[in-house]
Amino acid sequence: MLIELKNVSHIYDDGQVTEALRNINLTIREREFIGLVGHTGSGKSTLVQLLNGLIKPSTGTITIDGLNITEGKTSLLGIRRKIGLVFQYPEHQLFEETIYGDVAFGPRNLQLEEEEVEIRVREALELVGLDYEEFKDRSPFNLSGGQQRKVAIAGVLAMKPEVLILDEPSAGLDPQGRQQLINLLEYLYEEKGMTIILVSHRMEEIARLSNRVIVMSEGEIIFDDRPEKVFSEVERIRQLGLDLPEITEILWRLNKKGLQVRTDLFSLTEAVEEISKELRGVEPC
Amino acid sequence: MLRNITIGQYLAGNSVIHNLDPRMKIIITIMMITALFFIDSFSGYALFFLAVIIIVYLSRIPPIRILRGLKPVLFLVMLTLILHVFFTKGGDLIWRWGFISIESEGLYTGFFMVTRILLLVVFTSLLTLTTSPLELTDGIEYLLGPLKRIGVPASELAMMMTIALRFIPTLLEEADKIMKAQMARGADFESGNIVKRARNLIPLLVPLFISAFRRADDLALAMESRCYHGGEGRTRLYELKIGIRDFIALGLSIILSLIFIIF
Repeated sequence: MLIELKNVSHIYDDGQVTEALRNINLTIREREFIGLVGHTGSGKSTLVQLLNGLIKPSTGTITIDGLNITEGKTSLLGIRRKIGLVFQYPEHQLFEETIYGDVAFGPRNLQLEEEEVEIRVREALELVGLDYEEFKDRSPFNLSGGQQRKVAIAGVLAMKPEVLILDEPSAGLDPQGRQQLINLLEYLYEEKGMTIILVSHRMEEIARLSNRVIVMSEGEIIFDDRPEKVFSEVERIRQLGLDLPEITEILWRLNKKGLQVRTDLFSLTEAVEEISKELRGVEPC
Repeated sequence: MLRNITIGQYLAGNSVIHNLDPRMKIIITIMMITALFFIDSFSGYALFFLAVIIIVYLSRIPPIRILRGLKPVLFLVMLTLILHVFFTKGGDLIWRWGFISIESEGLYTGFFMVTRILLLVVFTSLLTLTTSPLELTDGIEYLLGPLKRIGVPASELAMMMTIALRFIPTLLEEADKIMKAQMARGADFESGNIVKRARNLIPLLVPLFISAFRRADDLALAMESRCYHGGEGRTRLYELKIGIRDFIALGLSIILSLIFIIF
């Protein structure tokens, strides 16, 4: 699976003309975990919708597995089978009477046999940590917000996409829900071999999970590199109105105060080791 | 997808006509429309048309917009014309083919009625083109004010209209989002016969209704927590003010209406 964007621009025209994306060139390879960041209105959501064929670029071409999806009659169902998109607040799209029915919506649209649909629904629900037998006949509207989101994500996973795109999946979740989501993404990437594109404002998530970070601003790609490279551009990141991961922030401040620590670490243990090493003689706590 | 829908046909502007008090504009419109029905000659229409041209000029609305507004009534206009031309009898015989005949009276009445309909639509559209929906509701609320005594819930009606207008764009945006989310799950809103298409709308409509109810709940809560309790004693952010030019406009249209009614 290879996604390639060439000179892609997108213009919204509703009364006033807004250039949402400007000349984007981007290649996404198999087994990448991409963190997509940028402030509100930077063009992230537009980019994500382009990848799924939901909107067409004004100019430029997008090829997925060698298939040009910007040309007139490419089967978009085929694209959507390969690329799953979880929107912001996906629980707002739930509509069926039972959780089973809702998760089965995607697979049924793929014209699968009911047996296969059932297998997929079971698998998807177990993936997001909901017991199949317990939940399948319940109404999705009686669940808590966090559980509703799990059902909605299961609805996309049940289509077995090769690439999973998530737009702010952790927004509004409690810390526990957020942790479960991170674990799920880690599992999907490590064990299921999915390619994942994560849009998020939480830099900790991005830094921990992704192996490539794309920073967008004003419809253009500003950085596209490994996370430690991107987050070492402290001043620039701040200037764009974005946060640093907490740990990078601490290391960077220590560094500025004269402690010679590396600033390209993202895990707590690594950071503690690094600081202790510099403070020599102090045991890691 | 659903972005291009505009509500009403209001064209924002800063002309003399735009800045008239909405209450006055509503009253003037009602008066002029009534007067229009008293006109019984084409010379009267010519005068009315002149007034319309002056107002359009003052409001700086591109005339093409007004012509476009006539499209929906085109069918009605054609029907009126045809019915009168063929079925109103009287005067000289102009044309005959078998039992179908056109007589001068029919031709005259036909064009007379058509002119009336067109002027009616153009004049009312001048009101909606130069007055924002919110101003309109404010004006209507005010004008309905005296009816509160006999139990017409004027401010509640106005509030409902305001909220409806406020939420149309929000719900359209929401619909667009849900539609995309379901399309990402392979939903198809564009093909199939009419029954299938209607069925396919369920995944869009159910979430849309749920979100509308959720919004209604939130809004009610927000209004109550700010002590909203209906129209009694409520003050406004933008007070309607009647100025000297509103009276000039009113005076002019009274004179014009009297001319139409008397002659």
